[in-house]
Amino acid sequence: MTKEQRLKKRYSAEKRFKAYGIISVCAALLFVGILVFKVFSEGSGAFVKTAIQLELDLSKEKLNLPEKPTKEDFENIDFYDFAQQHILKIYPAITTKEKKELLTLFSSDFEYEVKDFILSNQNLIGQKVFFKITAASDLDQMHKGNYTRDIPEERRKVSNFQLTIYDFLLKENKISKIFNNYLFSNGDSRNPEIAGIGGAMLGSFFSIIVCLIISFPIALLAAVYLEEFAPKNAFTDFIEININNLAAVPSIVFGLLGLGILLNVFELPRSTSLVGGITLALMTLPRIIIPCRASLKAVPPSIREGALAVGASKVQSVMHHVVPLAMPGTLSGTIIGLAQALGETAPLLLIGMVAFVVQVPGTPMDPSSSLPVQVYLWSESAERGFVEKTSATIMMLLGFLIAMNSIAVYARQKFEKKWI
Amino acid sequence: MDLIMDNKIKIKSNNLNVFYGQKQALFDINLEINQNEVTALIGPSGCGKSTFIRCINRMNDVIDICRMEGQIQIDDKNIYDPGVDVVQLREKVGMVFQKPNPFPKSIYENVSYGPKIHGIGESKDDLDQIVENSLKRAALWNEVKDRLEEPGTSLSGGQQQRLCIARAISVNPEIILMDEPCSALDPIATAKIEELIDELKKTFTIVIVTHSMAQAVRVSQKTGFFHMGKVIEVGTTEQIFKNPTNNMTQDYITGRFG
Repeated sequence: MTKEQRLKKRYSAEKRFKAYGIISVCAALLFVGILVFKVFSEGSGAFVKTAIQLELDLSKEKLNLPEKPTKEDFENIDFYDFAQQHILKIYPAITTKEKKELLTLFSSDFEYEVKDFILSNQNLIGQKVFFKITAASDLDQMHKGNYTRDIPEERRKVSNFQLTIYDFLLKENKISKIFNNYLFSNGDSRNPEIAGIGGAMLGSFFSIIVCLIISFPIALLAAVYLEEFAPKNAFTDFIEININNLAAVPSIVFGLLGLGILLNVFELPRSTSLVGGITLALMTLPRIIIPCRASLKAVPPSIREGALAVGASKVQSVMHHVVPLAMPGTLSGTIIGLAQALGETAPLLLIGMVAFVVQVPGTPMDPSSSLPVQVYLWSESAERGFVEKTSATIMMLLGFLIAMNSIAVYARQKFEKKWI
Repeated sequence: MDLIMDNKIKIKSNNLNVFYGQKQALFDINLEINQNEVTALIGPSGCGKSTFIRCINRMNDVIDICRMEGQIQIDDKNIYDPGVDVVQLREKVGMVFQKPNPFPKSIYENVSYGPKIHGIGESKDDLDQIVENSLKRAALWNEVKDRLEEPGTSLSGGQQQRLCIARAISVNPEIILMDEPCSALDPIATAKIEELIDELKKTFTIVIVTHSMAQAVRVSQKTGFFHMGKVIEVGTTEQIFKNPTNNMTQDYITGRFG
């Protein structure tokens, strides 16, 4: 081979290698793009809901209220009957079947919606007001275009009579899309139109806080001890190997640990974010210790020597100089560890956070779900209404993860910039 | 006026042996260092000079595999006695390193850190005074007095090294160890540090490790030549550089090896 040929070959090899790199980056971006597009196109619908406008006659006769109503009188109103009467007025339905079909166009919770509205707007008593009631999931899905109506009636969830009402309401301009507040305020439900991720978000939040409170101090102290104080011997080598191995243990194993120890031995309350948080903390500990140790190791030894040489004790040199300098690394390592914990499903399944929880938890001691588990639960539901909810939950989860990782990057840059 | 003969012995090592794991780094070092003098330690790389001065403030304690036998006496007291507190020892024996290593904190905090942890400066005024004095004695005050809040790492290399000297003298040590303090500096900064060393020896006992023979001649009164972990020759700087008794010393100072 001549010199020119070799040169040519070398150039083409370099070009080829570069091309491989670009292709793999493009492939990765394409997959991320597909994922994001699918999640967003499916999930964005869940942030709005279909509502039907009702005209409510809030006169005292209709509500069965005396001239000077007391609090008790309000409690005694038959809201179901009241709401039902108004719904039936919206379209002439004669047979029982027709009446039933008309009523099932509305969310199963219509009674409570009306009740909440009236109880919080008592100044409107005596007037006629327009009120938007959440529509049932099937109507909602049809209005959003997720159901086609060009199939035989028996394969449709919406009957011919209901379609007639729907068309009538559309013409009357009584159907609209409004912001879906239930998505953020409600817990889980069997009815997609009133199911929300409020409970799951709070559950995740409590779990992560418990996880942070337990894992960060322990991990930091363990890292400081192992990196700065521990003698280098076979025992500490053994510990180091174990920490590295623990970080790679499948998360479901920690779920088993939580089930076996926390629930069965210590008898902590099942399905709570307290137990979830402790389990996640066990899982996260080694994953935080490793970056903490790395960032402590990255502090130049000259800083330690400088502190020791002016007569600082070992603890002083570590606490005054090494740990503050390692802070950007330890913080971002912790946040990334927590972000992993936030997305973890398997260990939570085992400690019972997969239960169907309607109540929004008020404390970490209440049974609750979590965002990834909610995705898992809803993805198994057959109802069409849960499909967009699943994607919306994924969007929220991704949003939180991106936010946490951004904080990690920001923390790292902010603290590192200080002295450069 | 022969100051050297009058000086009392400040540091004395008796049969000092140091090992790093299996490897012996120092062999039976017997060396006397006089008070208020600059003693230079010269020798080729890896000959044990740095190991020796790191024994004087027990900096080698930090290294797990390092083990030592024998004694080092400061003012006739063995610093390796079990009762000796390392922190108090290091308050008495300051150290300046090869590469300037200011803390990534403000200039003020760099100098005030030592006094603060030793409780020397009680009030803010005391600390201000100590910082000013230390920086003045390190010939840095005029350059930094208007920017004490700026990070120490923002200074130039030579300034950083003088900041480290200020940090070392801020706790009023009796001895200052310097481990090749000028090897990372340019000639002008080196000249300033050397001038400073000359000034400092009035108050402190100084031990300096250097690779520059010229520097040893300029700053020191006494010189020790190390080779392969042994002290080959010790004497006044004049004697070592003008008529060394040992052939190896002769070869080293004339640049035939090392």
